[in-house]
Amino acid sequence: MSMALIETVNITRKYGKQEIIKNISLKVEQGEVLALIGPTGAGKTTLLRLLDLLEAPASGHIYFDGREVTDNKNRRLQTRRRMSFVLQKPVVFNMSVSDNIACGLRWRKEKEATVSQRVNSALELVGMTEYSSRNARTLSGGETQLVAIARALAIAPEVLFLDEPTANLDPVSAARIEEVLAHIIGEQKTTVVMATHDMAQGQRLAGRIGVIINGELLQTGSPNDIFSTPQNTRVAELVGIGNILGGVIANRDNELVGIDVGGGLIQAISDYHTGAEVHALIRPEDVTLALHKDASSARNTFEGSITRIFPVGALVRIELDCGFPLLTVVTRQSAQDLKLAVGNRVYATFKATAVHVIKRWN
Amino acid sequence: MTELWEGLVTAVKLIISLDPEVMQIAGRSLAISATSSAIAALICLPLGAVIHFNRFPGKRTLINIIQTLFSLPTVAVGLFVFVMFSSAGPLGGFGIMFSPAVMVVGQVVLIIPLMLGLIISALSATDKAITDTAVSLGASGFQMSVITFREARFGVLAGLIMGFGRAISEVGLSLMVGGNIRGFTRTITTAISLETSKGDLELALALGMILIFIALVINIGLNRIQQR
Repeated sequence: MSMALIETVNITRKYGKQEIIKNISLKVEQGEVLALIGPTGAGKTTLLRLLDLLEAPASGHIYFDGREVTDNKNRRLQTRRRMSFVLQKPVVFNMSVSDNIACGLRWRKEKEATVSQRVNSALELVGMTEYSSRNARTLSGGETQLVAIARALAIAPEVLFLDEPTANLDPVSAARIEEVLAHIIGEQKTTVVMATHDMAQGQRLAGRIGVIINGELLQTGSPNDIFSTPQNTRVAELVGIGNILGGVIANRDNELVGIDVGGGLIQAISDYHTGAEVHALIRPEDVTLALHKDASSARNTFEGSITRIFPVGALVRIELDCGFPLLTVVTRQSAQDLKLAVGNRVYATFKATAVHVIKRWN
Repeated sequence: MTELWEGLVTAVKLIISLDPEVMQIAGRSLAISATSSAIAALICLPLGAVIHFNRFPGKRTLINIIQTLFSLPTVAVGLFVFVMFSSAGPLGGFGIMFSPAVMVVGQVVLIIPLMLGLIISALSATDKAITDTAVSLGASGFQMSVITFREARFGVLAGLIMGFGRAISEVGLSLMVGGNIRGFTRTITTAISLETSKGDLELALALGMILIFIALVINIGLNRIQQR
């Protein structure tokens, strides 16, 4: 029987009366990289703390390697020693970099020869060898993060927990950390569970993503599943699907349906029957803009007027009123070429296959 | 005025010439207070850890009581120890009344709240992330306490030094249970008190200067610790 390395069954956690974690059942397989994404305050950190056995759940069960580790204090310590955790704001002990990295090994009563060999290879791994005798408190934020990662890796954990590994860092340090993590994931085959609010980072590093919002695990799946076919509007919003249109399936022709979104009929692919209340989810980047109606193969073309234009990094987001609100993004260059301005009338086009249809629950 | 001036000059001479009586009294004071500080530290370090690292009902109240006892009056402790160790008292069988031993006991009782309270607040002042990090790296409860003490070492040391400072400068307790016996239980503070009342200002002033010097050394030490 194949057993997940970590399994939680209906765990909950409360702080006072507030439920931070609500009935989460989750399996983490040996060797996988799982990213927990969700907004700040969703419960990602608390879930990591429960998985690392730093806290105990109010109810539910946690299994590690097939054994229940919910309560027994000694078993929790022994199990915790097979894992390590890099906190969101890592702290270093007031001692040298190499002594910091050695801590976990010394607590496991490893021989000094093993300790120094493991410390050196951990330092090498994060590229901090020349810092080994520096007091760790004198390091910058990015360096502190690297030392914390080296310290967590020195014990050769079976599971590595990372809480927002690049939050609070400048882009250069963040890129370096991510490079180190990608290397570890690729080379060492360590099981990794990381919390991040950076969707793209989850996509880059993880094989599987779990979405946590408001203490609930709403969806788990491959990055592609999560980003293209979110199961509900909360996940859709989180992963940046800018158009979430409520409507009713008005007609059907084989798998092609027409969704009345109140002000327009959107063509989409769906199994839901006529009369079903649904949400049509459309990524802004799948919507193209043109000044004239052209003979495109795309099923959906709507005329609308621009209500708002605002730059986002290298792109420009355009809000349209097509009888229903529609959000799209274009490059700065196209925005200039098309001379887009508020009040202009334009044509928005997207394919029926670009529309993801989900049942309306709420 | 001239009397005070002459007294000061004589006092300085007593110190410079390492007058045997002055040195003996100062040495005894240091020895008694160092002993009581060491015993109090042996009690307070583990006890502070137990109180800080455990959750139990009434913890907040207990810490409030400890902090209230920071200003425990020395004469109240003196009275308590006197009652306990006087020949009719429950601990009278030890026969240590009016000896350095009973002074040590009294000073231990006196400075435990101060040391304990300061150790607990030093431990509380360490970042919660320190203990989380230690636990996540596989530290047992004891190993986690050790690293937390290590992180809080300057605050803890300051607490120990404050305890010593209170022990060496108190007078009421030493006078009551020690009895200021010359060559046996006479300490700096009891000698100053006695010599001043006798009008023998030279010795009192010399000892006063030594006490202030000790206080100065303690303060410099504390400042250097707190600046780290």
